[in-house]
Order: sequence, then C-alpha cells, then structure tokens
Amino acid sequence: MNIHHVIAAAALALGPGIAAAQTDPLDSPRWGDMKKEFLPAAARVVFDERVRVIAPLTAENALNVPVSVDASALPDVKEVLVFADFNPIARIVRFEPGGAQPGLGFRIKLQQSSPVRAAARTGDGSWHVGGTWVNTTGGGCTLPSTGSASPEWQKRLGEVSSRVWPKKEGGERLRLRVIHPEDTGLAAGIPAFYIQQLDLADAAGTPLMHIEGFEKKLPTTPGCSPAAARISASPTAATS
Amino acid sequence: MLTGRSEDFSFTNGGNIVNTAFIVTQAGVLVIDSGPSRAYGEQLRRAIARITRQPVVRVINTHHHPDHFLGNQAFAPDTLAALPGTIHGIHTEGGSFNDNMYRLAGDWMAGTEPVAPTLPLAAGPLELGGHRLELIALEGHTGADLAILDRSTGVLFAGDLIFHDRAPTTPHARLPAWQASLDTLEAQPFRHLVPGHGPVATDAGPIRQTRAWLGWLDHTLRQAADEGLDMTEALALPLPAEFRRLAVVDAEYRRSVGQLYPALEQQALRTGKARE
Repeated sequence: MNIHHVIAAAALALGPGIAAAQTDPLDSPRWGDMKKEFLPAAARVVFDERVRVIAPLTAENALNVPVSVDASALPDVKEVLVFADFNPIARIVRFEPGGAQPGLGFRIKLQQSSPVRAAARTGDGSWHVGGTWVNTTGGGCTLPSTGSASPEWQKRLGEVSSRVWPKKEGGERLRLRVIHPEDTGLAAGIPAFYIQQLDLADAAGTPLMHIEGFEKKLPTTPGCSPAAARISASPTAATS
Repeated sequence: MLTGRSEDFSFTNGGNIVNTAFIVTQAGVLVIDSGPSRAYGEQLRRAIARITRQPVVRVINTHHHPDHFLGNQAFAPDTLAALPGTIHGIHTEGGSFNDNMYRLAGDWMAGTEPVAPTLPLAAGPLELGGHRLELIALEGHTGADLAILDRSTGVLFAGDLIFHDRAPTTPHARLPAWQASLDTLEAQPFRHLVPGHGPVATDAGPIRQTRAWLGWLDHTLRQAADEGLDMTEALALPLPAEFRRLAVVDAEYRRSVGQLYPALEQQALRTGKARE
C-alpha cells in the first residue's frame, strides 16, 4: 500500500477527533464530492480497511466488472452504499444486510478507470469507507447492454436462478442471477431499465437482505450498474 | 514465416504479436494470415517480394481474429480465402475488432479497414505449384479454425489452435472442441509445427502445452463455479508453477475468467439442487 494508507491507519487509531482530516487512501480528486453527495455532512466518516472491496486491478470488460464487498469484519453494519467516483452515475448499489452477513458480490459497468468504494454505516451512525482502484478502457455505461441487443431478455425477463452453498467457516452463501437488461439510460435511444429493489428472505419469510439498485432520494437516476443482475450474497441463518 | 512478439497488443508492437507465413511455389505464393493491420500486410508483401518474383495468388485467413486478417487490404481481393465460418465472423465482428485494434495499437493501424475474403474454403487436399497441401477444418479457438499441412515439406501451420510459450486467448473459445482439435493436429505427420503465436517447434511440445493449459483452465473454472466462488475469487486463484513460463499468462488468465466464467457459473446455478 502507499503512504496514504499509513496516514489513514494512524488517523483511525487517534479516533474520530481528526477523522475529517483523513487523506483519501485512493487519492481521488472526486472523494470530496462523493463524501458530500452520499454521506451526511454531520456524520463521522473514516477510511477503514475492515471494509474490503475486491475487484480486479485491470478490468478487461467494462460492461461486466466483478466486484465483491465484504464488511463482515466490522460489527453492527446497518447499511452499505457502493459507488464509483468517476462513473457518470456514481451510485452502484445500496444494501441493508438485515439477517445476513454484510457481504455482497456483483457485476458493474465502468465508464472509465475509477475508485470503487463501499461505505458501511454501523449502529453508532459512523460511516466506514473502503475501496480499490479499477483500471479499464471503459465505455461500459454509454454502451447498450448485452441484453438490449438481444430479443431473448424480453421472453426471459425476471427469470431467476439461484443456489445455496454451505461455507466452510459456517453460514451459507447464496448466489443469484436475474435476467434483466440493466440499461443505464445513457446509451442513445435506450431508456433506463434496471432492477430497483431486491429483497432476500429465508423459507420462513425472515428478511435476509434488502438491496437497492439506486438511491431513493433521486429515483430518476439508476446506478450505472447491473448491480443486481448477478448477486453473490453471504446470508447467515437468521439469528434474530 | 514472420514471427511476432509474445506480447499483448500495444502501441509499441503495433499488433505484431502474431505469426504469419507464406509458401513460395511454382504457381505463385500462398500467404497464411495477413497480420493485424494494413501496414503489416504491406510489409509482408514487400518481404515476399524480396524473396521471390512470384505473385501472391492466395491469401488464407486461418480464423477471424483481427491479428490474422486485418492485413487483407494489402492483397488483391480475389486472392482472399477462408473457411465459411471465418468469412461470416469477419463480416459480423470485423468492424468492432478493427475499432478495438485502433484503441490498442494506435497509429500503426492507420488506414486499416476490415476486408472479408470472398472465396470459401472446404476441408481437403489443395494442390498449388507442386505443393500438396491439406486443409484441415477444425474449431474450438473460434467457431472456424483452419490448419494447413504442407505434405510436401512436412510443415503444419496450426493457426491459433496452438500457442507456444505464450498463454492462449479465449474470447470465442469452446474448450472441449478445442481439445478435440488438438488431438487431430497431434495425429498429423508433421516435421515442423508453426503455432499462431510463439516459436516454431519440431515436435508436439506446443500441442501438449496448449492442451495442458486449456485442461487446467477448464477444470479450475468448472470447479470454482461448482464450489460457488464469486468471479473475484476465481480471479484470485493461484496459477500452477508449470504455466509461469507462458508469456502474458496473468493477463490471459484474467481475460479467460471474464470470458468463460459467466457461462460456467450459470451452469452451476442451474444444476444446483433446490433447497427446502
């Protein structure tokens, strides 16, 4: 890691008093805007390596970039917001882990190289931010989706396939795929069409995870992402 | 034969990462693959002209990937030939390949436009100026892969079914079909083997090397999908030491995961048992 990470870790150890002075470990000129746009002004915001964002350093296909977010090292996570600083629609996905572990894997579109970040809000109201840079030649957001180019999706729209795997360390992993074009509205002549909300529950109806494909406060702007099209969540057995 | 570098496309190499070849016969020159750009095709023509005064009478594209046909412009249109599947592929994907090559190789591509062959080839013997050639129609690297055996000299031109000391590319690959094609190639009576990428060999080493990589890739990604790994986890799997000697192996593994994993994970979801 670079010098910024060392500074971030030191600031974290000193506590919330100087959190505002933290330097962005990803050194992105857009961080200030992101913080202002997505996180409450009064909230305590810290860079925290316990929020892991795993994505390839070089994404070969800007239409299909795999990203995994894992905030399970952090206690009492209430919600997680994922965003990419340099995407024309920066918001990607927001989820509330509910009865599940706060871990979610998905595929996104990237318009250009960008930090991809996850901000996890814990029960005390503070936001913990982790992230990674993804390099790509880009163009993913303004291209028609693969789905919109094929008549297939209209017949199979909403088709779901899924499977549950037991995890070695306990709990289970659910993988889920939904047939949906996930169009951003940024490709000429193709309106936005995306999954807005996805709720996972166990057989008894106990909620496991609530997932949103966009921010509710700005309902006209979808995340530039097929965020919910392929989901690999890590729900534990509901304990409460 | 003109040997390309064992690299990815770049502004530095201008796309010269591919092997092309030509056979001089009494009835003219047969060219096997025309390279990644108009400039490459024109250089290839000049290289041929330094060796023989025979005209180029036939240019064969082994398959429809950009580094194998984008030099077609340098040759007379009625000399261009390929398998029907390759011609179709150039028609449907040639334009986007060409755009992508400008992005990857920059100015080296100046003036390059895709030109599809008009002469469809069929599997079987082809006699040219005393050379007894065998056209072997295969598949697996793409939907139509042509290998050419020159029975007169014992040289087997394998196209991109064979990569030697360089990790194979898989954007249109179907691995089981590719493995079957490798068996067919290994059964040919060749003395020299010209791979699509990497150095010439005098034995089946490159065939076994390609087979080992494809076998490992197929097995590893199937197993990963069946164990429910996410794509980010599949990308992080370690590569066995034996493949470390392959050029650009990390980049090709990453690309192959992106190209092959989605279908395998979908298969794993479909075959998974429903839970109560």
